[in-house]
Parts: sequence; structure tokens; C-alpha cells
Amino acid sequence: MPRNLAIVPAYNEQGAIGATVLDIREHAPDFDVLVVDDGSTDDTAALARAAGASVLVLPFNLGIGGAVQAGYKYALERDYDVAVQVDGDGQHDARNIGDLLAYLHTHPELGLVTGSRFIDGEEELGYRSSATRRLGIRFFARVLSTIVGRRVTDPTSGFRMVRRRGIELFARDYPHDYPEVEAVLLLHFHKLKGAEVPVRMRPRTTGVSSINASRSIYYMVKVLLAIFVGLLRARPVVEAGDPAPVAAQQTL
Amino acid sequence: MDNRIQIVAIFATALQFAVVFELVRRRRLMERYALLWMLSAAIMLGLSIWRGALEELAQLIGIAYAPSALFVIAFGFVLLLLLHFSLAISRLADENKLLAQRVGLLQQRVDELNTEAAPELEPAGRRS
Repeated sequence: MPRNLAIVPAYNEQGAIGATVLDIREHAPDFDVLVVDDGSTDDTAALARAAGASVLVLPFNLGIGGAVQAGYKYALERDYDVAVQVDGDGQHDARNIGDLLAYLHTHPELGLVTGSRFIDGEEELGYRSSATRRLGIRFFARVLSTIVGRRVTDPTSGFRMVRRRGIELFARDYPHDYPEVEAVLLLHFHKLKGAEVPVRMRPRTTGVSSINASRSIYYMVKVLLAIFVGLLRARPVVEAGDPAPVAAQQTL
Repeated sequence: MDNRIQIVAIFATALQFAVVFELVRRRRLMERYALLWMLSAAIMLGLSIWRGALEELAQLIGIAYAPSALFVIAFGFVLLLLLHFSLAISRLADENKLLAQRVGLLQQRVDELNTEAAPELEPAGRRS
């Protein structure tokens, strides 16, 4: 029996986390649910526990990248075969988890399946985001498609499912701040094939998105830097047996 | 070179060397972070004392007034030290992240074991 894990990063999501967990347990019953509480100051952890999820509480706020990576480390330690990432704010519809899993099972050559809002033409399923965001998304879609050599329509989607190999890679190395675009690249560099599956996303009902309008420019510049540095990096992530990526002794 | 500027330069770099050395001696500054400081002080001190070398170096890179070359070298060391600190901070941030994740994973495991051992009790370390 393959073991599946849903990783739900959540930072101050007490308004949505309970419903999100119940949604996953109802619509994707063969998935264990792990909520990564990224240093919340509200009742996120307690409400997630009450809804029946395992909860990994981080001692302080690491940001989305560090929180999600903690989830992949958990998945690696507990020998999960498949891990899917689901936003804690309820934007991802748990009914689509089954679609992603079915697609992964019918395409054994794939290592990554992403839920995309845009795959059916330009019209967004479910809800529309702001014009600047759509422009940025289209820009990164173009850049990413060129690099990975397949059509990527939703580069900022965090609704992502990987197999064992992807779990190992992400547990060892995961991008820091706004990881969606870089994570796709990282798997590409390790020759993991990816594909997109259409999903419907809901507008956020509570809480605040981690990307607001004023940060969009910073986001674009940072991600572009990460993409091009990533392209030039000799080895994108550390493989087993390589020198440790973090060592106290290293100095200039 | 004007004698006064030479005296000032020797005095300043000697002071830098002494302060760094004293900080290391009192274990306020770790050796691995002190090396670059000491190296810069040593080179600056050497060039301040040994006028001929400084004059030659200044001429080589096209600086008419030799003491200005000292500033150029000092500026280079400042940049190097700043880069050194940026690297150190990046590494510390990385280590910090790893520790936080490990603490979270261990905490989760402890909660789980406690619940298994005594299901009627509240998980230890649970925060309100």
C-alpha cells in the first residue's frame, strides 16, 4: 500500500486551517495530513490538531520555503512514497488531489505533477488574480517553459505532487523565499519530468497572501536572479556523499 | 611621503592590530573571523613603515600621491571583510533554518510518543 502525505504549510491561518484539513481528509482519504505551523501566533496548530492532522510546529517563522522543506523532511523520515503540497489557506481544492495522483499513476515516467489554473487556454479556472500578477505569471511561464522544454502555464502554483525522488531532493535542498518557480527548475536539473493538470483554485477567504502588490517587483527580480544563478550552478543540489551544504567551518 | 601621514598611518594600523589581537585573546572574537582583520592590519602596517614598497606600488597602479594607495588597499580590505560577513550571515541563516526544522520534527515526534504512551494526557510541549 503506497503511503501518501499532504503537506500543508500554514502561517496564522486559524480561520481556514480546520476546513482545509477536513477538506483533504474527506476528498483525499488515502493521504495523511501534516500541517507545518510556521511559527504562527494564533491557534493554527491547535485547530489543525483538532481537525485530525499531524502538526509540525516550527519554533519561529521560517517563511514558506523553510516550512515546506520541513514537511518534505518529515515525509522522507517516515518513508512516504508520494507527497503533495496544499496551501493552508484553502485556495487549493482537495478534490483535485485525486486528479493529480491519478495522473501520476498513469504516467510512471513523471516525477512531478503540478496543478495549474491556466492550462485550458488563457482563462483562469475558478477566480482571477490581479492584472500585474497575471502579467508576472505569464512572464515566468514563458521563461520557465523555455528552460525546461515543456509548456508550463502556472509557474507560481504551489499545488505540487512529487514521488519519492522528489521528496529526497526537496528534503535536502529547497529554495528559500518564494520557492514555486525555483522548485520546478530544481527538479528539472535532476532530470525529473513534470506535467501540469488543470485545477480550480478558490479565492482566499481569510488571512493575507504572502505576495502583495508592492512585493511583486522584488519577487520578480529575486526569482529571475535565482533562475539564472541556478542555470549557472555547477550542481544544483547536494547529492548523497557530497560535502555538506552547511558547515560551521567554512569562511571566505 | 610626508612624515606626518606616515606616522599617523603606522599608529592607526598598529592600533587596529592591537585591538583585534586583544579581542581574540579575550575570546570575544573567534580566530577564524580575526584572521582577515589581522592580515589587513599587517599588510597596511608593513606598507606604512616600508615607504619604498608603497611608493613603488603607487607608481605601478598610477597613483601620484603614494599615501592614497594606502586608502585604495584599505578600501579593498573593507570590501573583502564585508563580503566575509555576508557569507557568514548566509551560513548562519542556513544553519538556523536547519535547527528550526529539526526542532519542529523532534517536537512533533515527542508529542506523538507522548500521545501513544498516555493517550488521555495532553501532548507535552503543546502550546496554546
